[in-house]
Amino acid sequence: MEKQLIDLINITKSFDGEIVIDDLTLHIRENSFVTLLGPSGCGKTTTLRIIGGFASPDKGQVFFNGENITDMPPNKRQLNTVFQKYALFPNMNVAENIAFGLKIKKKSKEYINDKIKYALKLVNLDGYEKRSIEALSGGQQQRIAIARAIVNEPKLLLLDEPLGALDLKLRQEMQYELIRLKNELGITFIYVTHDQEEALTMSDTIVVMNQGYIQQMGTPEQIYNEPENAFVATFIGDSNIISGKMIDDYLVEILGKKFKCIDAGFGKNKPVDVVIRPEDVILLDINDDRGILDGVMTHSIFKGEMYEMECRTNDGFEWLVHSTVLREVGENVKIYVDPKNIQIMNKPQSDDEKALDIEELSGGI
Amino acid sequence: MNKKRSLKINKNLIYVMPYTIWMFGFIIIPLLFIIYYSFTNKAGAFTLNNIFAFFSPVHFKSFLLSVKLALISTIICILLSYPIALILKNYKLKSNSFFIYIFILPMWMNSLLRIFAWLTLLEKKGIINLVLSFFRLPNINIINTEYAVILGLVYNFLPFMILPIYNSIIKIDDNTINAAYDLGANFFDTFKRVIFPLSIPGMVSGIAMVFIPALTTIIISYFLGGGEMLLIGNVIEQEFIQTNNWNLGSGISLVLIIFIFITIFISSKYYDLEDEAVL
Repeated sequence: MEKQLIDLINITKSFDGEIVIDDLTLHIRENSFVTLLGPSGCGKTTTLRIIGGFASPDKGQVFFNGENITDMPPNKRQLNTVFQKYALFPNMNVAENIAFGLKIKKKSKEYINDKIKYALKLVNLDGYEKRSIEALSGGQQQRIAIARAIVNEPKLLLLDEPLGALDLKLRQEMQYELIRLKNELGITFIYVTHDQEEALTMSDTIVVMNQGYIQQMGTPEQIYNEPENAFVATFIGDSNIISGKMIDDYLVEILGKKFKCIDAGFGKNKPVDVVIRPEDVILLDINDDRGILDGVMTHSIFKGEMYEMECRTNDGFEWLVHSTVLREVGENVKIYVDPKNIQIMNKPQSDDEKALDIEELSGGI
Repeated sequence: MNKKRSLKINKNLIYVMPYTIWMFGFIIIPLLFIIYYSFTNKAGAFTLNNIFAFFSPVHFKSFLLSVKLALISTIICILLSYPIALILKNYKLKSNSFFIYIFILPMWMNSLLRIFAWLTLLEKKGIINLVLSFFRLPNINIINTEYAVILGLVYNFLPFMILPIYNSIIKIDDNTINAAYDLGANFFDTFKRVIFPLSIPGMVSGIAMVFIPALTTIIISYFLGGGEMLLIGNVIEQEFIQTNNWNLGSGISLVLIIFIFITIFISSKYYDLEDEAVL
């Protein structure tokens, strides 16, 4: 088993009587790229601040490399943070910003200068030593913030929505940069974002959070293809979530029709939630024998790489469909879904999960 | 097009009028009078004696004493303001402004009354000494000394230092300070390298608002200095009111005004006064 770098044990934190993190336990292994993903107010930033030492948990413990650091002040922790909106020191130039941590550690001048050069090269900003912070663009400031953190050779880098203030093109560019940096430096990244695409692109582990709970933890593929509950399914990508009934192993009833699937072990005639991604909904001609549900096209928008369409089946359910083949509005079609693309989830069991308004999330069942 | 434009300018002139009249009537003209009196004697003939009088041993001694006391008071104000401003910044309550009001509350009372209150507190048989005697503690005897004047100056002008420093400190993003801690700095390093440099504009503005009034004070030295301590403000007051020598009073005033201008000019080199107008 690989070594755990960070262990959060039963962390609880509330602000003004409102619980932000509820009994959260999380293990992060060394050298991984972990993303905490969730909507605003889900507790992801607070979790990061607790690891960084800028917030202390009401209950629970934080371990770093096996050492309890729960009460350790931030300046004693062997980790560095890249803050939202960069938080560079406006009274210093680029080189002075990067040198800050090293000067505190009383490193030699030659060492500091070498490190500044190395770090600027790493973030593709050679020769920017003497620039003032105000003269830099958002993307450049971001790179300097990263350079300022990594010259201290932390074992762990915390990134709090570092790309949030950048425009789309720059954001995508920086995503690749971050993956490259992570691989070159070989340090652990904990990354906070509300952008699911960013999470899917960069991480090797995603922790989906909502209302202070971990909803699901897994690889991007697991999170996308096998969401454990309705929240994860709707938050990560678009999806059709339908109430169904598991008739038997490998057979599920959706909107009154039987579909083959590849899930088993739910029991007989058990109510379940069914998740089908819009790109997995196959629209067929009305007379095609493979089709299972009858429907009529209600909307269609051209989105560039595909058409985003809606198809209403006889019982009133609106299916979201992504396809490169256009079906005109008003056209009668049949719907088919490949068994391996039908994801079966248990109906919410715990009170916490029930708290989620599934009807609202899935867009009207 | 052209017509419209000139009309607009005329309209603006009307708005500016009252301020222009005010400036001429109450700032420029009195200043011209001071300059006129400075360079004339009682008979109205031209002379430089009033200017040179500033540098006569008696007057220059008063001036140096004023500078000394104003400087010490300003430094004490700076030293007191930073802890208060930092505590207020960390006091993350919604009632934050309430604490600010407590500090500026005394400013709403007449400063003459407040200084007079200090007199009754500090007198040889004043309230402080009565309390000290009651507990059989040694009495303090600072009334009519420089210490009492410094105390009065600090007490009177402290809010003018706290406010601009506080204003520049709350403008610092929390994460900028957190970043310093994150990079291994302790509180002292964070203050020295981040908080203090970023608060210098506020401090300069505070110095302008404390040092200059402290330099020219009349009543604080009059009441707490026992009337024997002549600061430059008292000298000018005496020339105008007691010896009725307006020419000499104006001459000393003029040199003092020039000195103050130089002070402001030097401090504005460090930052733009208009940028951070606080009050």
